[in-house]
Amino acid sequence: MSSNEIDHGRRRMLLAATAAMGGIGVAYVATPFVLSMDPSERAKAAGAPIAVDISKLRPGQLMTVEWRGKPVWVLRRNESMLAAMAQIASQLRDANSDELSQQPHYAKNPYRSINPEYMVMVGICTHLGCAPTYRPEFAPPDLGPEWKGGFFCPCHGSRYDLAGRVYSGVPAPSNLVVPPYHYVSETRLSIGIDPEAV
Amino acid sequence: MRLQRVNVLSLLMLLLVMLMPSSWAAASSGVKLDEANIQIEDRDAIKRGAKLFVQYCLNCHSAELMRYSRIGQDLGMTKEEVRRDLITTGAKPGGVMTVAIDKEDATRWFGKAPPDLSVISRARGVDWLYTYLRSFYRDTSRPWGVNNTVFKDVGMPHVLWELQGLQAPVIESIVDINGNTQEHIVGFTLVQKGQMDAQTYDDTVRDLVTFLDYLGEPSKLQRLALGKWVLLFLAGLLVLVILLKKEYWRDIH
Amino acid sequence: MLDKATQRVVELRDWADERFPVTAFWRDHLARYYAPKNLNFWYFFGSLALLMLVMQLLTGIFLTMNYKPTAGTAFASVEYIMRDVNWGWLIRYMHSTGASFFFIVIYLHMFRAMLYGSYRAPRELLWLFGMLIFAVLMAEAFMGYLLPWGQMSFWGAQVIISLFGAIPYIGDELALWIRGDFVVADATLNRFFAFHVIAFPLLLIGLVMFHMISLHSVGSNNPDGIEIKKHKDKDGIPLDGIPFHPYYTVKDLIGVVIFLMLFSAVLFYAPEMGGWFLEKDNFVPANPLKTPEHIAPLWYFTPFYAILRAVPDKFLGVVAMGASIAVLFLLPWLDRSPVKSIRQRGALFKIALTTFVISFIGLAYLGTVAATPIATLFSRIFSVLYFAFFLLMPIYSKMDKTKPIPERVT
Repeated sequence: MSSNEIDHGRRRMLLAATAAMGGIGVAYVATPFVLSMDPSERAKAAGAPIAVDISKLRPGQLMTVEWRGKPVWVLRRNESMLAAMAQIASQLRDANSDELSQQPHYAKNPYRSINPEYMVMVGICTHLGCAPTYRPEFAPPDLGPEWKGGFFCPCHGSRYDLAGRVYSGVPAPSNLVVPPYHYVSETRLSIGIDPEAV
Repeated sequence: MRLQRVNVLSLLMLLLVMLMPSSWAAASSGVKLDEANIQIEDRDAIKRGAKLFVQYCLNCHSAELMRYSRIGQDLGMTKEEVRRDLITTGAKPGGVMTVAIDKEDATRWFGKAPPDLSVISRARGVDWLYTYLRSFYRDTSRPWGVNNTVFKDVGMPHVLWELQGLQAPVIESIVDINGNTQEHIVGFTLVQKGQMDAQTYDDTVRDLVTFLDYLGEPSKLQRLALGKWVLLFLAGLLVLVILLKKEYWRDIH
Repeated sequence: MLDKATQRVVELRDWADERFPVTAFWRDHLARYYAPKNLNFWYFFGSLALLMLVMQLLTGIFLTMNYKPTAGTAFASVEYIMRDVNWGWLIRYMHSTGASFFFIVIYLHMFRAMLYGSYRAPRELLWLFGMLIFAVLMAEAFMGYLLPWGQMSFWGAQVIISLFGAIPYIGDELALWIRGDFVVADATLNRFFAFHVIAFPLLLIGLVMFHMISLHSVGSNNPDGIEIKKHKDKDGIPLDGIPFHPYYTVKDLIGVVIFLMLFSAVLFYAPEMGGWFLEKDNFVPANPLKTPEHIAPLWYFTPFYAILRAVPDKFLGVVAMGASIAVLFLLPWLDRSPVKSIRQRGALFKIALTTFVISFIGLAYLGTVAATPIATLFSRIFSVLYFAFFLLMPIYSKMDKTKPIPERVT
C-alpha cells in the first residue's frame, strides 16, 4: 500500500456520492415504515363525518355522540343559559375565542357556534384530556355561588362555561375544541366536515 | 479471483430449481385451463369488471376485505361515481363490500354459503376463474340445472347465463386399457342463445376476472408501478459502489 | 492543525472511550480486523445473512403493530395490512420474500463452508454456532408460517406437530402440549406468535453474536484454505490479510446492492414466486374440517420433508429427518482430509460434494410433489446419497488424492 499513489480526491468524491445516494435510499426505505403508523384506511373510514339528528333535543338537554372515538357534545341551550353566558365574559380567559386553533372560523363568536341555540363541542378537557361533566344548574354548593352553568372537569378542577370557554385561574389553558360541523337541514347536523367543504 | 466451475454449476442448479413452476400450485382438477390473458394495468377493464362484480356477484358473495373507497382511489373515480356505479347495498363509501344475504339461508339454497371473494384470485388463479366462468353446462340432475367442468357439482347457479346463454356438453367416449368406457367432456355447444356472442362473453368474463385479480391484491397496481424505480435506483447505486470498490482495491496487490 | 469542530469531536470520542470501548470496538472488528485478501463472492453471504436478519426484525416489528394473533382475526388482519395500512403491503412482502431469501442466503453460506472447509479446525465452534442458528431459524420460520392462518399454515403446522406424536410413549402427550388443544387452534397460534416475535428472535441475535465473536477470534477462512495468521510481518499483521474496513466493507456493498436488486425484482414483480414463496392455498382461511388436496411445506423445508416421506415407517421417518439435520453438526469431525479447500481436494471429494448438491436439490424438489411411487423411489435414492456423503466422509476424505497446500494465498 503506497499512499503516494492514492487519488484522495477521487476517493473522497466517490465516498461522498455513495454516502449521499445510500442516504437517499435509506430515507426512501424509512418513509413507508414511518407512514405505516399513520391512521389506516379503516381508521379513516371509521373517522368519517357522522350525521346527528337533533330534532328530539329539548332545551337544556345535552347529547353525546362519538366522532373519531372522541365524545362530542350537542347541547340545546335555553333562554336563561344564553342570558347567563353574556354576563361572565370578565371571568373568562379567552372570551372572544381569539385562539383560532380551538374552533373553526364560523364558530368564532360569543356562543362559539353556528346557531346560538345549539352548542357542538369536543368533550375533552384542554388540560390533560379528561372528560368534563355537564353542570347546567346555577350556584350549586360544590361549585360556589358564582357558577352560572357550564362544564366542570373532575380531574383537576378546570371550569368552562356553556360555550366551552375556559375560566381564568384554572389549570386548563384554552377553550374546548369546536369540531368542524354544518347543518344538513334544520334538525340534522353533520359533524366532521366544514360547511364550505360540502 | 478464480471462480470454480463446480461452484458456478451448483449455483445454477439452485437457481434452476427456484425457477421451476411450483408443481403443487398447478396440480388441481386436471382440466386444462384457458389462459385469461388479463392486463392488470388496464384501469378501464378493472372498472368494467367492478360494475359486473357489483351487479352479478355481490348479491351472494361478499368481499369483506375490500373498501369501496379504495376501488375509487385506485381507479380514479370520484366519491359520487363510486356511490352511483358501485354501491348498491346502501353502504358508506368508506365501508367494505359486505352482502345482505343471510349465511343460513345461503347454506340452505346453495348447499354451502357462498365464499368471500376478496382473495379468490390468489387462491384459485386467474386462469381458473376465467375458465370456470365459461364452463357451466346444462345438467338437469343438478339443483340449478347446470354443472361445471372445472368445479364438479358446484353449488353455484350460472349467474351469467343470460349473457352467455346455455351450453350443452359435447361428450366423447373413450375405452381405456381395462376395457371400461369413460366419458369425457371435450367441448360445448350453445343450445340457448344469450345476449352476447361467444367473443363478447369471453371479453366480459376477462373484465370480471381482471377485477377479481385486482380485488385479490389491490396493491399490485402500486407495486408494479414502483418496482422499476427501485431497480433503477439500485442500478445507479451499483455503478457507484463498483467504482468505489475498484478505487479502494487498487491498494491491494 | 485541527480546527475547533474536529477537536470537539475528538474530545467527545475520548470522553466516550473512557466509558465504553467505542474506538477499540471499531479497531478490533473493522479497521484492524484482518481478513484474507482473496475472499471471493461466496463470502458475501455472511454479511447478507446479517442484512436479512436485520430486515426481518425490522419488518417484523412493524407487522406486529397491526397483526392480530387469534384464530378469528389473524387471516383478516394480514389482509388488513395488505390493504388498509399505509404501505403495509410493502412491509408484508419484504417480510415474506425476506423469509425465503434468508434461507437462500443461509444455504449458500453453508455451502461455502463445505466448499472451502470453513468448518474445519480451528473453526468447529464457529460451525456449531452457525448450525444452531440454522436450527433456530427453521423453528422461527415454521412458527411464522402459521401466523397468516391460511390452509397451508394450518395443515402444515398440523402435520409437523404430529411428527412429535411419533416419539414412543410420550409422543401424543407431547404433541398435545405443543398445540395446547386437540388440534392446531387459537392457543397454538397465540403461543407460536409469542415464540416467533420474541423468543426465537432473541435467541437468534444471541447466537449470531456468538458466531461473530468466534469468527473474529479465529479469523476468516479463505478459498485457498490456508491460515493467514501463519505469516505475519514484524508488526504482527498477517501478510495476506487486509483490514476489513474499508476493503471488505466496500466490497460487501457490491454484494448487498446486487442482492437487493434480486430481492426487489422478486418483491415487486413476483412476490408469490409462482407459489414457491407464498402458496396459493394459503389464501384460503384455515379450515380444520377440510385438508387441501396437496400439502407441502415451503421450499426451504422440503429436502428434510422428502427424507421424512422416503422412510416407510412413521417413527423411523422422524428419526431420519432429525438425523439429516443432526449429521450436519458433525461435519467438522467427519472430514479427515489433510486439506480444507476444494482447490486442493481430489476427485473423490468433488464427486461426493456434487452428488450431495444434486441429492439435496433433488430432495427439495421431491418434497414439493405428491408422493407417487416414482417420486418415492427417487426420494429414497437421494436420501441414501445424502447420508452417504456424510457417513462415508471419514473414508473418502482420507483416501482422496490431495494437492499440496500453498504457503501463501493465490
